Amino acid sequence: MALVTTMRRDVWWVRPLVVFVCLSSFIGYATWSAFQGEYYAFGPYLSPFYSPEIFGDSVHSLLGPKPSWWPLILPFSPALLILWAPGGMRVTCYYYRGAYYKAFWADPPACAVSEPRKTYWGENAFPLILQNAHRYFMYLAVIFVFFLAYDAWKGLWFVDSASGEKVFGLGVGSIVLIINATLLGGYTFGCHSFRHMIGGIKDRLSGFPIQKKLYDCSSCLNRGHSIWAWFSLFWVAFSDIYIRMCAMGMWTDLRFF
Amino acid sequence: MSLVKFNIWRADSSAGKFQAYETNITEGMVVLDAVHQIQEESAPDLAVRWNCKAGKCGSCSAEINGRPKLMCMTRMEDLPKDKPISIQPMQAFPIIKDLVTDVSINYRTKKKIKKFNPRKPDAPDGTWRIAQSDIDRVQEFRKCIECFLCQDVCHVLREHWLHEKFAGPRHMVYTAALEMHPLDIEDRRADLKHTAGIGLCNITKCCTTVCPENITITDNAIIPLKERVADKFYDPIKKLFRLFSNKT
Repeated sequence: MALVTTMRRDVWWVRPLVVFVCLSSFIGYATWSAFQGEYYAFGPYLSPFYSPEIFGDSVHSLLGPKPSWWPLILPFSPALLILWAPGGMRVTCYYYRGAYYKAFWADPPACAVSEPRKTYWGENAFPLILQNAHRYFMYLAVIFVFFLAYDAWKGLWFVDSASGEKVFGLGVGSIVLIINATLLGGYTFGCHSFRHMIGGIKDRLSGFPIQKKLYDCSSCLNRGHSIWAWFSLFWVAFSDIYIRMCAMGMWTDLRFF
Repeated sequence: MSLVKFNIWRADSSAGKFQAYETNITEGMVVLDAVHQIQEESAPDLAVRWNCKAGKCGSCSAEINGRPKLMCMTRMEDLPKDKPISIQPMQAFPIIKDLVTDVSINYRTKKKIKKFNPRKPDAPDGTWRIAQSDIDRVQEFRKCIECFLCQDVCHVLREHWLHEKFAGPRHMVYTAALEMHPLDIEDRRADLKHTAGIGLCNITKCCTTVCPENITITDNAIIPLKERVADKFYDPIKKLFRLFSNKT
């Protein structure tokens, strides 16, 4: 007997399969990268997986190197201190929830396709009731966007080898970080919880023109939320790969000026 | 003109099976036309519910090649003809006969939703003033034709038959139209959590996909309602704020 049944004739299984492969690949790479603890900075660039660098050895560290009180039995990497926040934002994101319930739990595998199980609790019971914490991760993600925007700005200032002073410039890495901050901003500010917080909570916005404008902008971004979600996901991983490769000396960061 | 094969579900309330039919299809025909032609040519007892033939009454909902659709809005030229076209009744509701289902549960569910409760009139003559921009948001929800395709494709109802615990997308849209209405002052959040079972929705967006009126059910109705429920029940900071500000 088939695990799932449907009368659909299209290749309904392709989309959940692609989601499964892409999300699994991202989780695998991000976890590996987070545990590396090296090659995460190159010149003015800081990998978004490690930003903000609270403790660490690079010039971007906010509070200096690894603290002496850090327990020896715990592995240390600057990414492990912060990656839970954007990770939590993605895991509890309304768009990703719908996508990974299908791709990872077949709940359902696709629309109008049967499920391989009979029981169902939805998001009414533990552990999925915790998805309601999405708004708290969103608050943190908004702060992270500003850090990443600051990283993109810092990525435009290079140390001049002759004078030792910082000079304005543009490298491929600068563009990579600018795109990264833009995509993550588009994803975060189009988040359903952000949209709710910024204006959706009210039934009347006509008396609040600035709030109405912000709500409209967030709604505009929200209409393409899935696109922002995927592009920002790919780009944040690519940004880390780019900086890692440059730091390892395998890629050369091209400078335009 | 071309001869096209169909497999149509024939059933009473106890049992059913697919039965093969074929009929000639001409340019411009929709699936409902083909079903009527089959009724006329070879199956006069075939039960099918229909009315407007214009995608506005929501009567002819069915599953065509496994996908919930309005038969009157599904063009024959858009369907692959290499295999017989399957037509089934909606799977989320009990079958009365053939393609006709008993959707009365929806009307009972709708009655449980708190009615429109406007604030006091704005003017002495008993009228209200509403800004167009405020009413635009709920206008989308009023496009619903109650075809119940969203209820049909929702796996909570279709697969798990939790009609008594989960109101379903159609009634989330209806509740959103009331709850977000600029004049309405009723609070339906407790009902959404406890009676309508909004937590059972796991945001598959299938309802949005099948809506013939292109209502953005998940993003504009269900998720905003989930957020409002989270405001009241799952946000400790807001609870504290309400405690100190004496707001409910």
